[in-house]
Amino acid sequence: MQYFNAFWVGGVICAIAQILIDKTKMTPARILVSFVVAGVILGMLGLYEPIVDYAGAGATVPIIGFGNTLAKGVMKGVSEKGFIGIFTGGTAAAAGGIAASIFFGFVMAIIFKPKQK
Amino acid sequence: MNKKLGRQTVKFTNGVNILSYASIAGQKEGEGPLAKYYDKVLEDAEWGEETWEKTESKMQKTAVARAAEKSAVEIKDIEYLFAGDLLNQCISSTFGLRDFGVPFLGVYGACSTMAETLGLASVMIDGGFADMTAAVTSSHFCTAERQYRFPLEYGGQRPPTAQWTVTGSGAAILSKNGDGPYVTHFTAGRIIDAGVSDANNMGAAMAPAAADTLSAHFRDTERIPQDYDLILTGDLGKIGKSIAIDMLCEEGFDMTENYNDCGLMVFDIDKQDMHSGGSGCGCGAITLCGYIMDMFRAKKIKNLLFVGTGALLSPTSTMQGESIPCIAHAVAISADGE
Amino acid sequence: MKYKVTEYLDYVDKKSPNSPIWKDVLIAFVVGGAICTVGQVFSEIYKNVLGLDEESVKTAVPITMVFLGALFTGLNLYNKLAKHAGAGTLVPITGFANAIVSPAMEFKREGWVLGLAAKMFTIAGPVLVYGINSSIILGLVFYLIQKL
Repeated sequence: MQYFNAFWVGGVICAIAQILIDKTKMTPARILVSFVVAGVILGMLGLYEPIVDYAGAGATVPIIGFGNTLAKGVMKGVSEKGFIGIFTGGTAAAAGGIAASIFFGFVMAIIFKPKQK
Repeated sequence: MNKKLGRQTVKFTNGVNILSYASIAGQKEGEGPLAKYYDKVLEDAEWGEETWEKTESKMQKTAVARAAEKSAVEIKDIEYLFAGDLLNQCISSTFGLRDFGVPFLGVYGACSTMAETLGLASVMIDGGFADMTAAVTSSHFCTAERQYRFPLEYGGQRPPTAQWTVTGSGAAILSKNGDGPYVTHFTAGRIIDAGVSDANNMGAAMAPAAADTLSAHFRDTERIPQDYDLILTGDLGKIGKSIAIDMLCEEGFDMTENYNDCGLMVFDIDKQDMHSGGSGCGCGAITLCGYIMDMFRAKKIKNLLFVGTGALLSPTSTMQGESIPCIAHAVAISADGE
Repeated sequence: MKYKVTEYLDYVDKKSPNSPIWKDVLIAFVVGGAICTVGQVFSEIYKNVLGLDEESVKTAVPITMVFLGALFTGLNLYNKLAKHAGAGTLVPITGFANAIVSPAMEFKREGWVLGLAAKMFTIAGPVLVYGINSSIILGLVFYLIQKL
């Protein structure tokens, strides 16, 4: 059941983005930026956590989940560390994803060569 | 004697011969319907070079060398070389042709470059300034894509209006002597900005420029489309072609019968999934310097009007949200010089 | 030009085929959903087989997905899927990895520092800039609310 929920919720989030791309001619980079900011806002308002509970990876794998992680992190940081948590909380919570992207990005770029489609 | 006709056209009167031509095409183009007319089809995107920019330069160099070889001309006999491409500062041309030691005139006309260089090279000959000149241009999918759009491995979706940059280079050698085919007219285009800013719909941006140059050509020369066996635009693609037909119809010119676009000829659009068609300097160049010139040789075509179409945008102007100014240059080619 | 700009743009709109939206959305839904399901599979494995705690699972899953996105980009497969899937491959975090790896690979030829490393963030950088900045702004708001 958890797999089914992950599938349809993740799918719906992607479908929304696709509608935006086709209807508004938003560039992919703008879609990513909007979704991550939307994730931060939804996370802050506590609206995204129920979706995560329901859909698991269906909510955390889309980039909105990254925004949600940042929001939850910053709130936790502020609660635990006060003012300094504003700056450390979000990035600390998302550190795994960010560091992995930089590291794997570097490694793959060394190993592989781009090919013509 | 004034060789100028009307506002935009010059008429060549001393016989400008297309002595030789050659085309080098990429792998995908080699899978297209015009494959057998290319002098060389690359097996991959690199052609043994470490960067695609080097590959593109090598294509230009080889296209000129092959054209010279085909008519037993030595490179040093070429007095002026007109060349251009799509990359910043036209590096494909300058790097590719630097070893030739031929006086070089770099031209930027975006995808209209083949018509522009051909026109200028003809002016040199007809004016009596040179006995032999050459025109060459190129484009490469990979170099254009990384300069204008996204990295190759980036997962993007192309809208149905998008066009595919042709990998290829075409060169033509012009001479005072020979027995045709002849370049007879050159109509220089004006910069036309129809206000389109969608870089994924180049055909629609360029079509008004093509229509403007075509009607200027017909007006200046007092000709009609039916005077030509074939009218060929460079890379308007499906949408641009249909807009150009509409626009010329409004001007009173019927283009429905003998008009085609290189972007639609170079690929099998549906089978090769090319959306609106091919584009790029190479698109018009390899079609003209391959299939079309072979048709002249075979006497299947007698009169051609070739219209190179170019979108004069840059990555900077696109990012700053500017609309796309466009240009089209027309060159009339005739088997008997009429 | 005989046309006014707005007239011409309307006309171009009519002439240009629209993206096949229902087909696009359907494929985006299926592929996006499938990628999330893969994430869920890893999540279950980490939790039930490796016995990681919930916090670790929440970090391990994105790292895994980023790795897969980066690997498939390197193998020249991600762009092939993305051509059809559009947002289905863009929105999952694998798409973020793709946005990092693809320029890094391509600009390696311009050198290790100003090529590979600098260009790595041409597409993905904005996500970090706006994501982190909005978290800081909202963190500040949250801080002020707590103080009041």
